[in-house]
Amino acid sequence: MRDLLSIENLSREDIERICERAASFAEVGRREIKKVPTLRGRTIVSLFYESSTRTSASFELAAKRLSADVVSIKAQGSSADKGESLKDTIATLSAYDPEAIVIRSPLAGAAQLVAGWTDAAVVNAGDGKHEHPSQALLDVYTALERLGSLDGKRVWVVGDIAHSRVARSTVRAFGLLGAEVTVAGPPTLIPPGFGEAFGCDVSYDLDALGSADVIYALRMQRERMAESFVPTLREYAVAYQIDARRLGARQLLMHPGPINRGIELAPEVIDGPSSLITAQVRNGLLVRMAILYEILAGSERPRPVRGVDDAIERIDPEGAPTIGEPA
Amino acid sequence: MSRAVADLNWRGDSGSLLIRGARVLDPRKGLDESRDVVVKQGRIAELAAPGEAELPEGAELIEAAGLVAMPAFFDPHVHLRQIGEEYKEDLETGTRAAAAGGFCGVVAMANTDPATDEPETVAAMREQADREASVPTGFVGTVTVGMRGEELTEMAAMRAAGALGFSDDGLPITSARVMRRALQYQHLVGGNILLHEEDPELSGDGVMGEGVVSAALGLAGVPDVSESTMIARDAALCLHEDARAHVQHLSARRSVEAIEVAKQRGAAITAELTPHHLVLTDEEVRSLDARFKMNPPLRSEDDRQALIEALRSGTVDCIGTDHAPHATHQKEVPFEQALMGVIGLETAFPVLYTALVEPGIVELETIIERMTAGAALFDLEIPTIAPDAEANITLIDLEAEWEAGADGWESRSSNSCFTGWKLRSRPAATIVAGSVAYRQRAFRMGAVA
Repeated sequence: MRDLLSIENLSREDIERICERAASFAEVGRREIKKVPTLRGRTIVSLFYESSTRTSASFELAAKRLSADVVSIKAQGSSADKGESLKDTIATLSAYDPEAIVIRSPLAGAAQLVAGWTDAAVVNAGDGKHEHPSQALLDVYTALERLGSLDGKRVWVVGDIAHSRVARSTVRAFGLLGAEVTVAGPPTLIPPGFGEAFGCDVSYDLDALGSADVIYALRMQRERMAESFVPTLREYAVAYQIDARRLGARQLLMHPGPINRGIELAPEVIDGPSSLITAQVRNGLLVRMAILYEILAGSERPRPVRGVDDAIERIDPEGAPTIGEPA
Repeated sequence: MSRAVADLNWRGDSGSLLIRGARVLDPRKGLDESRDVVVKQGRIAELAAPGEAELPEGAELIEAAGLVAMPAFFDPHVHLRQIGEEYKEDLETGTRAAAAGGFCGVVAMANTDPATDEPETVAAMREQADREASVPTGFVGTVTVGMRGEELTEMAAMRAAGALGFSDDGLPITSARVMRRALQYQHLVGGNILLHEEDPELSGDGVMGEGVVSAALGLAGVPDVSESTMIARDAALCLHEDARAHVQHLSARRSVEAIEVAKQRGAAITAELTPHHLVLTDEEVRSLDARFKMNPPLRSEDDRQALIEALRSGTVDCIGTDHAPHATHQKEVPFEQALMGVIGLETAFPVLYTALVEPGIVELETIIERMTAGAALFDLEIPTIAPDAEANITLIDLEAEWEAGADGWESRSSNSCFTGWKLRSRPAATIVAGSVAYRQRAFRMGAVA
């Protein structure tokens, strides 16, 4: 695999291979020195145009555990802040010859565009409301860890489907692994055509939630009230909050974080025995190690690594360096 | 009392010609046969039997065997970006693109920078067109000051300065009150009002057509009712005020239905379609390529079928390209950030011929009628091939095969949604008032005998 841009262009085999790799990295985390030399000497640029805690931290940590060199750039305080276009930023960063660029952008399709502009492998760490493939991979990894197989399992994704890149990636990933997915939420927050687009069922109430094996709650943002998607968060909670009454004993609970306690989830279920939320965060690190391994070390056609020969070629016959500051 | 197209502003002059050996096709005249077309001082003098016409004195001879001579096209809807955004297009490059597309005339929209909302600006543009435009170019003024949708412009003064009509195109006139006043005022000033129909409340932050594809991509969608409800509102206002208006670029089945209802009720409403809405759907947006971002957006296959049917039935009166040049750096960005619009003058006929005529979906005659009818929106003579008519003729090679964009564009911009398409048919020459406004480089013409 050259890049990880979306779940849409992955196969079931791709997902299973990444999950197996992630499982093999679990052992590394139990060592005293939590590091393997797999990506030594490789450079990974992490470029985040949106605030993020767990995605940026876990990608950075994943790269470091694989011994890669990481440069983390936040949009704030960077040249993007000064009005530089994405294309120009990528051209600049590509001049340093990174092996991979991990990008988070508020705009759909940003990672895909970047992949066309750079020789580096590109990992989509979230593009607008479009996709968040690494989240979906850690979601199915976590569910598989508990359930063994997702074939025929019922997964309900509940909440603000319209504004969720997590929903778009995770619904596809669960579906690819054989689960039957239902999305549920207020009619104002499930876009027309969603069921057809993703091959899932759509429900505006939680009456049949009892049939679910996995309940995946999404974050409900306060801004949605001002935009008249829901009248109040209280009314949302009455209709869609997952609480001890709605969560059955055999059902598993997932959430991508960060959680609005008391809105989409009642406090008592978050830390309950059915909750996989902490496992999701922990597994996020393993899955992101597996993703970086997949595109940088597991590739069938490894990308050329610039070596000493290249450096010599860049020096002209007179012996004066062609690049660099005058002495 | 119609005016001739060549009365609009352009740098050319009327001329004399003999077009020899072409198949002459003018569906309005029921004409489809081999004829020699004799043009004297800008007007068609004679349609002679092949080989029987004599070359008028001082006239150019055009050997057109193998070509189809049809009435030249008229585009009621282009953005030439002058004044203010000349890095995208200007009068010279934009009208060169029009001529290369077989158009004998275009009407430039008023969403320039600043907006064309004063009589002095209209007069200045007309003077500039006299010096720079390859084909006759008309100008409209905005309906509201600064296109803010609040106060009416000095429409009477702009008419006196030569504005063909009025439009806030690019933006809708959101206020029903302002819309009504503009229609009432039309009884004083005349001139058609061209409407970009969209309810910003319903469009919200939408960047593409709402449907399965927008749901899949997580892009905010513009619902079809954003367009159709505004058409219904303005049709009702036109009836109420006994006024006339033209609805630009329909994109949806529901919009076609709204036009049908308006026409049945007797509203003086006309409607327009672009080639891209007739040929493409929102499936193209799956690529997240901003070349497929335009307003109104591409919609579903069902919508496209309704548009094709409206073109055939005449519910839609004319084709306009909505030629909207943008610079590369404004399109090579994530979809949501990109500006809306595509260029269309150079590909309009070839795209419609390739995608609709060759597969037998729409008759060639229908395409010709709709691509010329835009002149009537401004009370101009619809280009026709008949004795005494102004000689506005396009010669088209229906067998030509070419790749869109492969040789670059006459337009200053390259934001075409058809780049890379293998097209069948291409204009070989465009004649305006008997004078050659465009000839394809490979197309040879005889010297004066």
